[in-house]
Amino acid sequence: MSVARLTLRGCIAFAVLLLACGCATLPPNAGQDPRDPWEKYNRNMFAFNDGFDEAITKPLAELYVKLPQGMRTCLSNAFSNLRGPSTAINNFFQSKPVEALSDVGRFAVNTTVGIVGCFDVATGWGMEAHREDFGQTLGVWGFEPGPYLVMPIFGPSSVRDAIGIYGVEPFLDLNFYIDYPGIEYTVLGLRVVNERAELLPADRLVREAALDRYSFIRDGYLQRRRSLVYDGNPPRVIDPDDEDDSDADAKVPASAGGLSSGPAQTKPPGQAADGAVKPADAKPDETGK
Amino acid sequence: MQKFLKIFRFFVAPVALVLAGPVVAQASTAAPDILVRDLTAEVLDTIRADKAIANGDVARVQKLVDEKVLPYVDFQKMTQLAVGRGWRSATPEQRAALTREFRTLLVRTYSGALSQVKDHQVQMRPFRAQPTDTDVLVRTSVVPSRGEAIQLDYRLEKQDAGWKIYDVNVLGVWLVENYKTQFAGEISAGGVDGLIKSLTDRNRQLADAKKA
Repeated sequence: MSVARLTLRGCIAFAVLLLACGCATLPPNAGQDPRDPWEKYNRNMFAFNDGFDEAITKPLAELYVKLPQGMRTCLSNAFSNLRGPSTAINNFFQSKPVEALSDVGRFAVNTTVGIVGCFDVATGWGMEAHREDFGQTLGVWGFEPGPYLVMPIFGPSSVRDAIGIYGVEPFLDLNFYIDYPGIEYTVLGLRVVNERAELLPADRLVREAALDRYSFIRDGYLQRRRSLVYDGNPPRVIDPDDEDDSDADAKVPASAGGLSSGPAQTKPPGQAADGAVKPADAKPDETGK
Repeated sequence: MQKFLKIFRFFVAPVALVLAGPVVAQASTAAPDILVRDLTAEVLDTIRADKAIANGDVARVQKLVDEKVLPYVDFQKMTQLAVGRGWRSATPEQRAALTREFRTLLVRTYSGALSQVKDHQVQMRPFRAQPTDTDVLVRTSVVPSRGEAIQLDYRLEKQDAGWKIYDVNVLGVWLVENYKTQFAGEISAGGVDGLIKSLTDRNRQLADAKKA
C-alpha cells in the first residue's frame, strides 16, 4: 500500500471518528456481548458508514447496475481474477495444496484464454472458484476473531480479519502491483462499486428482515466468516439454552452427547458456547463445496 | 399353469414394489435429503414455469410457499430456538403469537428473494447420516447460470409426521442463530410482549409498504 493511500485512509478514519460521535442510538446493554466489547464505537461507525453509503457508494452502485449485464459480468470476473494469486497463496498457507494448484491453473487459464479474467473459462474446465483471504488463513491457523470491529467505510470486520484483510491482503492483491496510479485507483474504485452493486439485493432483504440491522449484520458477518474458515462446514455450535426446555421437541442430536457445559453457565442469552462443539465434525470437510 | 403362476410371481413382486415406491416415499419415511431435493426441485420448477413470479408478484410467491414449503417446516421449533431462554417463561398464547409473527416475517422477506430466482439449479452435496439419526444436516448448492454457487443448507428433525426443516443456512449464516441476539435484546428491553409487538409492527409496516 502506498504512503499516499495510507495517509488518505488515516485522514478518512479521523474525520469519520469526529463525525461519528453520538450519531447512533445505543441499546442499554451495548458492549455487554463478549464478542462485541466496542459496541458503542462500532454502532457509531456503523451509523456513519450508513450515511456515507447512502450518499456516495449506494448511488454509484445503482448507476453501475445500469451497465449491460455482460459488461458487469466481465468486470466482476476480471476483479475476482485479480484475487486469484492471493487465493492460491492462502490455500497453500492453509495446507490445501490441491486447491492451491487448482487456483494457480485457474488464474493462468482465465488470465490468458479468458482475456485478463473477463471470461471465466476455468470453471467450465473443472477449476472452480474458491474464496480465500488472509483473515481466513489466520483463522485456520487457530487465531480467534477477537472483538468485532466496524471499519470506516469498509464496514464489518474483526480484529483478526482487519489484520488479515486490510493489513496483509493488499500485498497479495494484484491491484497493488498495477504501477500506474491512475489505473490502480480507478480499478480499486470500480471494484468497491461492483462489490456494493452485488450486495444491493441482500441489502434490501436485511432491511426488511432485521429487527436491529446492526446486530443482524454483525451476527451474520461473524457466522459467515466462521463458516468460511471451515470452508462452509463448521462444527455445530450448541447453545445450552436450547437443551433444557421441557418441550419434547427440543431434542439434541445423539452425537452431541459429550457436552460438558450445562445450562448453569452464566452468559448473556444468544451467546454461542464456543466450547460446546461436536467433536465428531471438528475437522473441516475436504469434500465440501 | 404352475409355470405361468411362477412367472407371474416373479413378475408381480417387482411391479408391486415399483408401484408402492412412490406411495412409501410420499409418506413420512422419505429420507431427509430426498425430501429437500424434491422440495427444492419442485419449487424451482414452479418458479420457472410461472411468469407472474418472475415479474415479482409477491402474492403468487407467497401462495407457492404456503402450499409447497410450509408443510415441511416446523416454525414453532424455529421460533423456540430463536427466542431461546425467553421461550420458557412465555405463555402458550405468547408462544403462538411469536410463532405466527415470526413466520409472517420470514415468509414475507424470503418470498422477495425467491422471486429473484431464475435459471438456478440445485446440487446436493454429500449427505452423511445414520439411519437412527433424528436430527440431520442436508447440504446443497444453488448454482446460478453465471456467478458463484450459493451455499444453502437445512437442518431437519424427525417427527411423528415425518422430517421437518427447522433451520436454514444461507452462505454460512444460520437463520435461527442470526435472530437470537436481536430477540434476546427485544426481550430484555420490553419482555416477551415487547418482542411480539416489534415483530407485529414490522409485519404491518412491510404490508403497508407493499400496498403503497
